Amino acid sequence: MADEPLVLGIETSCDETGVGIVRGTTLLADAVASSVDEHARFGGVVPEVASRAHLEAMVPTIDRALKEAGVSARDLDGIAVTAGPGLAGALLVGVSAAKAYAYALGKPLYGVNHLASHICVDQLEHGPLPEPTMALLVSGGHSSLLLSSDITSDVRPMGATIDDAAGEAFDKIARVLNLGFPGGPVIDRYAREGDPNAIAFPRGLTGPRDPAYDFSFSGLKTAVARWIEARRAAGEEVPVRDVAASFQEAVVDVLTRKAVRACKDEGVDHLMIGGGVAANSRLRALAQERCETAGIRLRVPRPKLCTDNGAMVAALGAEMVARNRSASSWDLSADSSLPVTDTHVPGHDHVHEVSKENLYS
Amino acid sequence: MLLLALDTATPSVTVALHDGREVLASSSQVDARRHGELLLPAVDRLLAEAGLKLDAVTAVVVGTGPGPYTGLRVGLMTADTFGLALGVPVHGVCTLDALAYAADIDKGPFVVATDARRKEVYWATYADSRTRLTDPAVDRPAEIADRVAGLPAVGAGALLYPETFPSVHEPEHVSASALAALAAERLAAGEELPAPRPLYLRRPDAQVPKNYKVVTPK
Ligand SMILES: [Zn+2]
Repeated sequence: MADEPLVLGIETSCDETGVGIVRGTTLLADAVASSVDEHARFGGVVPEVASRAHLEAMVPTIDRALKEAGVSARDLDGIAVTAGPGLAGALLVGVSAAKAYAYALGKPLYGVNHLASHICVDQLEHGPLPEPTMALLVSGGHSSLLLSSDITSDVRPMGATIDDAAGEAFDKIARVLNLGFPGGPVIDRYAREGDPNAIAFPRGLTGPRDPAYDFSFSGLKTAVARWIEARRAAGEEVPVRDVAASFQEAVVDVLTRKAVRACKDEGVDHLMIGGGVAANSRLRALAQERCETAGIRLRVPRPKLCTDNGAMVAALGAEMVARNRSASSWDLSADSSLPVTDTHVPGHDHVHEVSKENLYS
Repeated sequence: MLLLALDTATPSVTVALHDGREVLASSSQVDARRHGELLLPAVDRLLAEAGLKLDAVTAVVVGTGPGPYTGLRVGLMTADTFGLALGVPVHGVCTLDALAYAADIDKGPFVVATDARRKEVYWATYADSRTRLTDPAVDRPAEIADRVAGLPAVGAGALLYPETFPSVHEPEHVSASALAALAAERLAAGEELPAPRPLYLRRPDAQVPKNYKVVTPK
């Protein structure tokens, strides 16, 4: 097998229908169809709306990715797909498409982990991942600190949120401030004109006896909402910019402090940040500052690769092919709670042997 | 002509191969919770049994429901993607029509009903096995009792509600064999089959939030 495998990746774990194509660590195409506008009026992702949108968008998005990459489906070395974690019904649409596509083309299928894909995508931006790599993944669905010595086989959870995801906290505060959905980009924008030290909001789980690498954003969310409600009750104007900046500072302070500490404790000199919240300008700036002080190399992919996309799935799939990991079986199913330690879903070999008879080649 | 037919709109994961004259191979597994796992291996076994390869297929036929959404989409997504990869057309057939066809009733009217969960059925009425009289709908059996009174009924949805459907006719589950045979008949007659788009019949469950919940104690 070539060291630069050509792989197509499919991602449908939430509201983005993503199809990406990579050659080894080179990005060739990153086609994404988002249903985010359909969810906006509900103030959050509606699983059934997302699943319906995935079914409609899948074939056109695969077509678009192939055109963008300028490759033929026949030349692919494998098909990768997010097997989990994520929304069960949404995942199943992508898994069904990937299985049918791989089977019809006679290509191996790789069901891979969504979180490991978020880490692996950085290879498309900054070249092969250093081993080990510490990764901070923050989005509307996840807030995890992970340590990986081999992205195809070894991802160790260091810490995670014990309540809300960081991105969820952004959405909720945006709603309290009547700024709409999704909350991340709009809070970031207002915060740029506000004072991050105007209000001292609490830093969750940072006490001496608290778990060192876990996160909690529920208390912060409540504290911010109470502060705003008190102002409103007193008939005072709410300083939206200062609230946004101070809230955001509380989130990114904790995230970066814990990530840097984990790197130091484990003797890891690389930190990657991924997930939708990695697009936050203050998170990037503060992480850069603290990593520099600590002598840690920071790697953050461009925003479009941080949010959910198919390229990240293809990137991990290509690594699976390059490292000769076993392909998934045709009975691969979606697993909404796939543990992060399961970097992929290897198959039982006999199924593939039977199947070879029927693949065309 | 080689049709690959599949349907996942009901608890049955069912696949068949049809050469335009007859069914070459078929299989059905009833398991409402594992459509995603079962479908591809079933196609794989079907081809092996018929001694054929997937690239011999000239068209894909898929049941468009109505049916519980998560399972329904497995079949539709699989059919769509086969069509893309093989460069062959994908045709839709209403799942209730395939059940009516399999019931083989010359003189109606009769009703076909499948389980829509939440105490409802997906249903339609037929003049005979090839002629549907009403659009597929989703309703509580008690609410349609007047409209189906006295009609023989076909399908697992009818078996669940004997008060509304006292006279139940075979078969209980849809088969891809019937789906394929019906599609082959219509194609041979020069009819155009509908696009493979899902018949959901219900809007997604989703509520627009009124306002955020106030957290300050009263
Ligand atoms: Zn994600």
